[in-house]
Amino acid sequence: MNMLKSMFLPLVLVLAPTAALAAVPVTATPSVNAAAPAIADAAPAKTADAAAPAKSMDGSLPGYTPMKPTEGVGMPVQKQIDFQEQFSDNGEYAKWINNAILLPLIVAISFFVLGLLFWIVVRFRKAANPTPSKTTHNTFIEVVWTLVPVLILLGIAYPSLDLLAKQFKPAPASAVTIKATGYQWYWGYTYPDHGGFEVVSNMLKEEDEVGKGERFRTDNDGPAQLAVDNRMVVPAGVPLRIQTTASDVIHAFAVPSLWFKLDAVPGRLNEKSLTITKPGVYYGQCSELCGARHGFMPITVEALPPAKFAAWVKAQSGGKMPGEEVAAVPADASPAPAPATPAPVAATPATTAPAAAAKN
Amino acid sequence: MTTIAANPADFHGADHAHDADHKPAFFARWFMSTNHKDIGTLYLIFAIFAGIIGGGISGLMRWELAEPGIQHLTSWASMMKGSGATLDEAYHMWNVLITAHGLIMVFFMVMPAIIGGFGNWFVPLMIGAPDMAFPRMNNVSFWLTVVAFIMLLGSSFVPGGTGLGAGTGWTVYAPLSTSGSVGPAVDMAIFSLHLAGAASILGAVNFITTIFNMRAPGMTLHKMPLFVWSVLVTAFLLLLALPVLAAAITMLLVDRNFGGAFFDAAAGGDPVLYQHLFWFFGHPEVYIMILPGFGIISQIVSTFSRKPVFGYLGMAYAMVAIGVVGFVVWAHHMFTTGMSVDMKMYFTAATMVIAVPTGIKIFSWIATMWGGSVSFKTPMVWAMGFIFMFTVGGVTGVVLANGGLDDALHDTYYVVAHFHYVLSLGAVFSLFAGFYYWFGKMSGRHLNEALGHLHFWLFFVGVNGVFFPMHFLGNAGMPRRIPDYPAAFAYWNEIVSYSYLVILVSVGVFFVNLIYAFAAGRKAEGNYWGEGATTLEWTLSSPPPFHQFETLPVIK
Repeated sequence: MNMLKSMFLPLVLVLAPTAALAAVPVTATPSVNAAAPAIADAAPAKTADAAAPAKSMDGSLPGYTPMKPTEGVGMPVQKQIDFQEQFSDNGEYAKWINNAILLPLIVAISFFVLGLLFWIVVRFRKAANPTPSKTTHNTFIEVVWTLVPVLILLGIAYPSLDLLAKQFKPAPASAVTIKATGYQWYWGYTYPDHGGFEVVSNMLKEEDEVGKGERFRTDNDGPAQLAVDNRMVVPAGVPLRIQTTASDVIHAFAVPSLWFKLDAVPGRLNEKSLTITKPGVYYGQCSELCGARHGFMPITVEALPPAKFAAWVKAQSGGKMPGEEVAAVPADASPAPAPATPAPVAATPATTAPAAAAKN
Repeated sequence: MTTIAANPADFHGADHAHDADHKPAFFARWFMSTNHKDIGTLYLIFAIFAGIIGGGISGLMRWELAEPGIQHLTSWASMMKGSGATLDEAYHMWNVLITAHGLIMVFFMVMPAIIGGFGNWFVPLMIGAPDMAFPRMNNVSFWLTVVAFIMLLGSSFVPGGTGLGAGTGWTVYAPLSTSGSVGPAVDMAIFSLHLAGAASILGAVNFITTIFNMRAPGMTLHKMPLFVWSVLVTAFLLLLALPVLAAAITMLLVDRNFGGAFFDAAAGGDPVLYQHLFWFFGHPEVYIMILPGFGIISQIVSTFSRKPVFGYLGMAYAMVAIGVVGFVVWAHHMFTTGMSVDMKMYFTAATMVIAVPTGIKIFSWIATMWGGSVSFKTPMVWAMGFIFMFTVGGVTGVVLANGGLDDALHDTYYVVAHFHYVLSLGAVFSLFAGFYYWFGKMSGRHLNEALGHLHFWLFFVGVNGVFFPMHFLGNAGMPRRIPDYPAAFAYWNEIVSYSYLVILVSVGVFFVNLIYAFAAGRKAEGNYWGEGATTLEWTLSSPPPFHQFETLPVIK
């Protein structure tokens, strides 16, 4: 455990500046513009495009260019045996529980049983032991092979339940809410804290599958069958409140490198907290059979430093950072959050004090 | 009743027309059968037939998954449809294949073989009974299963939404199975499950009645062979679990056809309710498939070690414990549906508890062999293969039981690997073990030992080559039930698909062996396994007389 924590420490130190930045845009919007004048410059262009967002060939928007994924990070690799590298504290912990406790244990148990069977083949085959013993009871050994497994299971239960408790720790009030909606067969990502816009995310086709002038997948987008046209962009190092629901049948929102999987069920709003420790692109796939194109509705999460996330939000039609003047965006350009969403923005009294805004 | 038991021969003394070997004519014998051995044989033939279809479907799936991209699905879907199929119809065809593979293997291969086949054949023989308690109901059970199977196969030829057939997965989750699948295919699949379920409930009633009322004098519950114990526990699981499935799928029918809203969130229903109902049946169902296998393995291990089973009572009550606990762990199949932390902790802990009685069984089998004089005939190598493979499948079950770890593994190939290790390498190994063990008793002829060993080793290599790499794919994050995958998963998938060919060859060896036995197999004597085989079926000729135990054996 200590080793694990010490491994996290450098990561936390690296992220500290970004975390500090994270506080800035949330509490005081003007400083964002000061910190990133380029975004401020781009703002008029954004407003102009708001009615019909430009569809570029690489998915870029004014002030935002999709991050190029790092090969082998946040995605499976050829001949992989282990879990993917994890980018959340709970994911690291869960992977550690498996690799440091459960995996050695189950391998040992399997080899123990195999070893006993081999010993029987050698020692108790008919040629080696012509006269069978008549032993059919041994209370001591029966108690042992009942109690030892119980103790082993108790040993597993402690970290296992501890992990569950950590995974279910509710997101703080300041967490960024993203609602993932499963549709047959694509994902929609709604940002209720940021104006309630929805990003529609479809799998990117290959170059030979699309017509001339249509967008196709490039290596900047990611691997085939995992890359999408519009990513679920989130801030890194900031607690996220991921909500899932679906509009037709059950889907499941799953990202292996974040140790995250949550069913998207029509009529339900599931919620889990998640903090992505490092900026990057993380790929996943729908993980509940949802009909014909179940295998073709991937998930791409792009975690950005908070300032860049803010720039991305502003590039969205109707996108605004919490606490921002409503006037910054035309009122009618901001679609109302879907009914199922507990709209935290609307619920909070109009934000004037920075402290109140931070709660959003 | 007392008079019958006291002097059963009196009732047959004047009835020489019905002596032991009087057999009805062909049609009456095989189509209106009331003889438990004939019905058992019918079940075994049916299960082999269904197994060829279900196994053939997995061959199609492995062929498609051998490399990334869609290679064959479109042409298969076009073949089914009779004209050019769209890509969506091809994808739908994939879902039909996985659905059919699951349903066929569970309801029409493993269950008919292990309960209908071996249960019917050997429960009456082992308890010293002349037949099952309700012979005609036994026949109804079998033919309902046949009709159910035809119904399921037929559903592949009618519209099921995006394409032909039911593409809902064997779990038939709402709302994909209700509003998500228009057309009669899913209705037909549901009716098929209804019929198969009714058949199993009738069978369960029959077994419970037979075991409780028709044991030979002196055969107390605590003297029953463990195979009979396993069928008794299984019958209770069937009796308690299947009505819940019947209710759940009837609610699906109501939602689909009569404007119901049990699982329709928009009208106040709850899709997750279906999952609770399904898995309340579904989890006991996996024990229904494996418990009789436990029983078979216990008989075989004891026979070939020439030793009585170690810790008999512990073995019997471990099965009872597995059956009972199996009813309170169902929601570990639903860890990602968004349940509360308390529920997730409970189902994590409860699920892990099952490892304890299962461990008792594994160690008791080993202890039975320990100190024995073990001969490694074909049934015994299958049994030892079972013990090791079931251990591997069991320990990955302990991993999956952890709700927090399941967030990464749920609905990935790791789960596919886990349940195939306990079923394809567990239940199926026990089926082959039982088949090699009892084939001589059932047919009167011996299978070839060398071919049996060859079959075992090829099958062992094949299934491990197919299912072991699936753990890696699951760790890496490959979801289940997808017809195409990102290129990074290609390496292991190719190995898996090639390993399927090894299984194919091994099954070929099995059929060659079967043909050999019927054509040229040595005649089997009554007790061909010798002194280790102590249960009552070995006191009879091979094959046993058409009606056995007209004078009930007395157990000391």
